[in-house]
Amino acid sequence: MIFPRRQRRSFDHGIHPPEAKDDTRGLPIRQFPFAPVMIIPLLQHMGRPALPLVREGQEVARGQCIAEPDGFMSVAMHAPASGVIQRIGLVPTINGKMVPGIYLKPFPGSSQEVGEGAPCDLALATPENIISAIQQAGIVGLGGAAFPTHVKLKIPDDRQIDTLIINGVECEPYLTTDHRVMLEQQPDIFMGIRYLIRVTGAQRAIIGIEANKLDVAQSLRDHLPAGEPVTVEVAEVKYPQGAEKMLITALLDREVPSGGLPSDVGVVVVNVATTAEIGRLLPAGRGIQERVITIGGPGIRKKGNYRIPIGTPLRFALEYAGMADNVSRVFLGGPMMGQALPSLDIPITKGTSGFIAFTENETAADPLEYPCIHCGYCVDACPLFLNPSQLGLLAKSGRYDAMVQDYHLMDCFECGSCAYVCPAHIPLVQRFRGAKTMVRKQQAAS
Amino acid sequence: MIVVTSVAAIGGLTFLLASMLILANRKFYVEEDPRIDRVEEMLPHSNCGACGFPGCRPFAEALVGGEALPGKCTVSNDEGRAAIADFLGVAVGQEIKVVARLACAGGVNVARNRAHYGGTPTCLAAAQVAGGGKGCFWGCLGLGDCERICDFDAITMDRHSLPVVDNDRCTACGDCVDACPKDLFSLQPVTHRLWVACRNLERGDEILANCEVACTACERCAVDAPNGLVTMRDNLPVVDYSRPHDTRQPIERCPTGAIVWIDEKQGVMKGAAAKKIIRHSALPEAPT
Repeated sequence: MIFPRRQRRSFDHGIHPPEAKDDTRGLPIRQFPFAPVMIIPLLQHMGRPALPLVREGQEVARGQCIAEPDGFMSVAMHAPASGVIQRIGLVPTINGKMVPGIYLKPFPGSSQEVGEGAPCDLALATPENIISAIQQAGIVGLGGAAFPTHVKLKIPDDRQIDTLIINGVECEPYLTTDHRVMLEQQPDIFMGIRYLIRVTGAQRAIIGIEANKLDVAQSLRDHLPAGEPVTVEVAEVKYPQGAEKMLITALLDREVPSGGLPSDVGVVVVNVATTAEIGRLLPAGRGIQERVITIGGPGIRKKGNYRIPIGTPLRFALEYAGMADNVSRVFLGGPMMGQALPSLDIPITKGTSGFIAFTENETAADPLEYPCIHCGYCVDACPLFLNPSQLGLLAKSGRYDAMVQDYHLMDCFECGSCAYVCPAHIPLVQRFRGAKTMVRKQQAAS
Repeated sequence: MIVVTSVAAIGGLTFLLASMLILANRKFYVEEDPRIDRVEEMLPHSNCGACGFPGCRPFAEALVGGEALPGKCTVSNDEGRAAIADFLGVAVGQEIKVVARLACAGGVNVARNRAHYGGTPTCLAAAQVAGGGKGCFWGCLGLGDCERICDFDAITMDRHSLPVVDNDRCTACGDCVDACPKDLFSLQPVTHRLWVACRNLERGDEILANCEVACTACERCAVDAPNGLVTMRDNLPVVDYSRPHDTRQPIERCPTGAIVWIDEKQGVMKGAAAKKIIRHSALPEAPT
């Protein structure tokens, strides 16, 4: 039976990968222990790296601000544990780049209490106060992109926001962090929404959820604060519904223009875990020094949702969670948009929503790549209505100008739907990433 | 009757248009120096742009017009340049040849891979997966994007998966500079014989676990170099080529051979203190 889109609450195109969330969605959030050495990159977000406020050998308390933002496109960093700064230097990140960072050795016997800071009182704060408090709290988009939240909330003067969407879709397979946060941190989420409504001036807030989390929808609806313009909407299960442009289409049937921002159609989308952190940290005047991640996949023994200190090296996290002997690949983020890891000496950052280990049974040898026969499966899968088939061919022949001008390469947000459905196993997203790298390089040169 | 009219009309039209063309050709004829064609014939026809002109024809025009000397064409050989100089009756002129140079010496026999990359075998694709499988974040990925992009067959991958530039063939067109995702190529005059073949920005010996020929920022080269020729910047030695740099002093005490002397005849030469690399087989991948 075919319903019109407004009734179905979804967007056109997209795919249905296996969800694989059953292993961890029922497991409550548990606290993760401290690693012997924490690695804190000063660039965990998009923008400029933070400037360190500490020196080598200095003792810091858990939650203390250890790096200040360098300009508006930057956020503060906070110590994930009480300890001593071992070294300030270059640290590895998942992007394959070395960025400035801090090595922190936690004190083994410390009580690890977090001190209270200057609270940002909702009753008194102006929108500017809240924006600067969010920047000082180091909050970035916890869904994975790690875009600084305060930048997103700085609405241009000529834009009017009517709707705030809280993104609890979590369409990425295996990940269940937002699911658990929405069950366990509801007061924080509602408090965060109050702050966000104050900043954006939105008239209403919608918590967007997919139909595979009906328990969450029920529980949230039961606890909705009376007299506040907050509703919970359930959308059809589909990937990549968690992308903000797709979610706006699904919930409001508005389309964000190419190259535009959600504020162009009067919407701001904030991830639900980010909202919960705003509601948890701002009233206490604290900074973000831990986050909830899912550790899952067939290669993990103790699967679960953990509240993990930011800066925990993956090697320690994997050892604690228990790794099967025949683990062959570890993915940071989910299997769709995540990255395969070349090394385990990479820290958990603010943008890490989880990691997944696959054993040799799941990861077959790299399948042979066949030529594109223009079957059009990718065209039917692309949620942005691009032409991945043509883009892939152009990328192979290195015609990046045509990709940008005629085929809107820069609109692609690398959801991976095209590569998922491609029967020829063409690594389309990898090609697009390469093409974007070259285009940015050319733009920087000219 | 119809046949006669149409033949006459078409014939008249043909005659009219032909005479217009002839008149236009007379009126707008451009006098061109016939020497330009001859000089262009003598140039290498690679249209590489190494001379600073958009191609061989514009360069030939400049030569005939006296704006440039044949020596600017560093891609041609001595006889070719002399022939043009003879023909035009000008001096040959001197120009220092510029070639592409790689700032990495980490072949598979000295540099370790931390992960196995099994995807599309190009450097650009590998660099998208967390920077590729190389242990050193800055190092050459060795999948040969530069070899494929080079139009002049000047770059070949050696047996250790490291690109080698043939100076005689290189035209300094810069395609490899743009193609390298790690930005390891740069265009250098061949007289820049003192060369830092490393881009590692980390200080200390930890990097040696990943690459045996990496710079550890020990600063011996900076200390040994006369007149501040070598300075340290971001834990890497930087050679100031504006000063006299015809000295091998800085390379002599380098413990890893990260700073080298590129000799005209003998190729890359390391200092006496550098650890000798005798291994030819590839290093195993690092354990996870």
